[in-house]
Amino acid sequence: MSGDRLSARFAACAAEGRAALVTFVTAGDPDLETSAEILAALPGAGADVIEIGMPFTDPMADGPAIQRGNLRSLGAGTTLKAVLAMVKAFRQTDDATPIVLMGYFNPILSFGPERFAIEAKAAGIDGCIVVDLPPEEAGELAPALAAHGLHLVRLATPTTDAQRLPAVLSGASGFLYYVAVAGVTGANSAAAADIATAVARLKASTSLPIAVGFGVRTPDQAAAIATHADAVVVGSAIVDAIGAAAEERANDIPARVAAQVGALAQAVRTARYESAGVGAGPEKAA
Amino acid sequence: MNAETGSLRAGPDANGHFGQFGGRYVAETLMPLILELEQAYTAAKADPAFHAELDDLLKHYVGRPSPLYFAERLTDELGGAKIYLKRDELNHTGAHKINNCIGQILLARRMGKTRIIAETGAGQHGVATATVAARFGLPCTIYMGARDIERQAPNVFRMKLLGAEVKAVESGSKTLKDAMNEALRDWVTNVHDTFYIIGTAAGPHPYPELVRDFQTVIGKEARAQILEREGRLPDLLVAAIGGGSNAIGLFHPFLDDDGVRIVGIEASGKGLDTHEHAASLAGGRAGVLHGNKTMLLQDEDGQITEAHSISAGLDYPGIGPEHAWLHAIGRVEYQSATDTEALEGFQLLCRTEGIIPALEPSHALAAVARIAPTMGKDQIIIANLCGRGDKDIFTVAAALGVTM
Repeated sequence: MSGDRLSARFAACAAEGRAALVTFVTAGDPDLETSAEILAALPGAGADVIEIGMPFTDPMADGPAIQRGNLRSLGAGTTLKAVLAMVKAFRQTDDATPIVLMGYFNPILSFGPERFAIEAKAAGIDGCIVVDLPPEEAGELAPALAAHGLHLVRLATPTTDAQRLPAVLSGASGFLYYVAVAGVTGANSAAAADIATAVARLKASTSLPIAVGFGVRTPDQAAAIATHADAVVVGSAIVDAIGAAAEERANDIPARVAAQVGALAQAVRTARYESAGVGAGPEKAA
Repeated sequence: MNAETGSLRAGPDANGHFGQFGGRYVAETLMPLILELEQAYTAAKADPAFHAELDDLLKHYVGRPSPLYFAERLTDELGGAKIYLKRDELNHTGAHKINNCIGQILLARRMGKTRIIAETGAGQHGVATATVAARFGLPCTIYMGARDIERQAPNVFRMKLLGAEVKAVESGSKTLKDAMNEALRDWVTNVHDTFYIIGTAAGPHPYPELVRDFQTVIGKEARAQILEREGRLPDLLVAAIGGGSNAIGLFHPFLDDDGVRIVGIEASGKGLDTHEHAASLAGGRAGVLHGNKTMLLQDEDGQITEAHSISAGLDYPGIGPEHAWLHAIGRVEYQSATDTEALEGFQLLCRTEGIIPALEPSHALAAVARIAPTMGKDQIIIANLCGRGDKDIFTVAAALGVTM
């Protein structure tokens, strides 16, 4: 699927000699209207790729921050149909920023995989990450996504050993999402050295861009990963900030998120220069 | 069904599917663990030493075999078929849950795991897990919904006495499904040393298979016992179903016996026409939750809805995938009983047989009370009495308007 938004964006970031910043927000958090404003503000703030969480009642791989985001969203009445409509509206003003939906399989299964693929494509979505759909069960969704030109992004984790990796990579497309810690979203952070080792190992087996997420909260952490990986994913820290702002009934949530994303983007964009400047970067060592 | 043998007992297939149900819908972090568990279980099944140790513990620690008891006064009262009760409430810890926990902790030990976690609803599986963890000297954490902790204080104290740490789950609806989410989150975070003892015949493959296998001791004993007592197979089997482990344990050894009618009883709470029930076959549709595809209570957008039953052990929006399949192919007939009918079944057994049943099998007794009078006196029913009712006396008192 060369020529699509995801490939183009990763190629552009690579050409600039930097990692991409992937930001995650839950659709409809704290409500659909605010969520649409947040979404619209993300590209200008420096998000290169946007992951949008489809809310689910039972997010078993997510930590407290994203669990609460899911509940806020569902409490505000968000449906899958509304999520797709929000992306469609976003595409009226931004046809370049890739959007990847992330969530659990049941709402997609309930919607119907074929209908989902058709409507997601029409809305301007580029790919999907389905947390509880490992390669062994992907047959119910993967063909529909492929038929309509949508990427099915696979996840590799610290438990993905050499024996398991080929199964994960088989049929992977768009990019490979490396879950840096064995745990839920928003958990502790992995050591930078471990991430570097893991990314190098994955790069030996695939030409897909490697995005690293889980446990990345601060600009410093994002920068450390950006020296090794093709993309850095920040989710829980943003969702936490949205939750805190919603709690105090702030009316400037999109601006606050934009400021937070701006700081992350700045760190990611300058990470390799900074790293090269002090002589510790892997590029220089290599 | 196995195409070569024609047997209904051959499932699941190599990928853990029973027809369209079952499977392994878990986060990638857990996949290698699930595959390792499957290998370990396959090896254990083929190892006579594993069976010898399991059988020894079931006999001397759990107290098996449990009696198959002819309920004479209940039979007379209902005036139809002869009613036998499989007395799994007489097991150590007072329910069938221990059969599975013993098997799984032996597997945990074989795999070199040093920490045990489990989810619990009513607390019966939590107590059984805490019991085997104490017996084998392993630290144990039990996840329990904050709402269930309020409803089941005696079992919470039992678990703590047995040395378990009980963690209150405050997320979602604060009941069994949320406890299972939280246990899965713990497992994904502590994959290197932790074994998750799932309490019912559900979850990702191979759990539905291995929990069933450990519970089929119920049906195997019942089959041998009825053949000895009556010289023939029963006409009807009845068991209550939440996740369905006691039911599949009784049913499975009889699935290929065409003459045996098999009926599973879901909890219809305040009625199937209300939203307050736990009947995922009668009121749900196919979906994916907690690692398997099965029948689930969910809204039109695929969000999981809350179940309701007077029995905390049946208060779950899903059902084991093998039951979903047996329902789809029609081999097992699924009916339901309301909270009110279960309370009547509860009192009926207390009064006629001097046995206080748990609210879970009281649903099965409600169905027996409905069906037995329609059968001939020469016909035979086996009902699974999967738990004793001591834990439920406060709930029953409240429902009957008694202040204790």
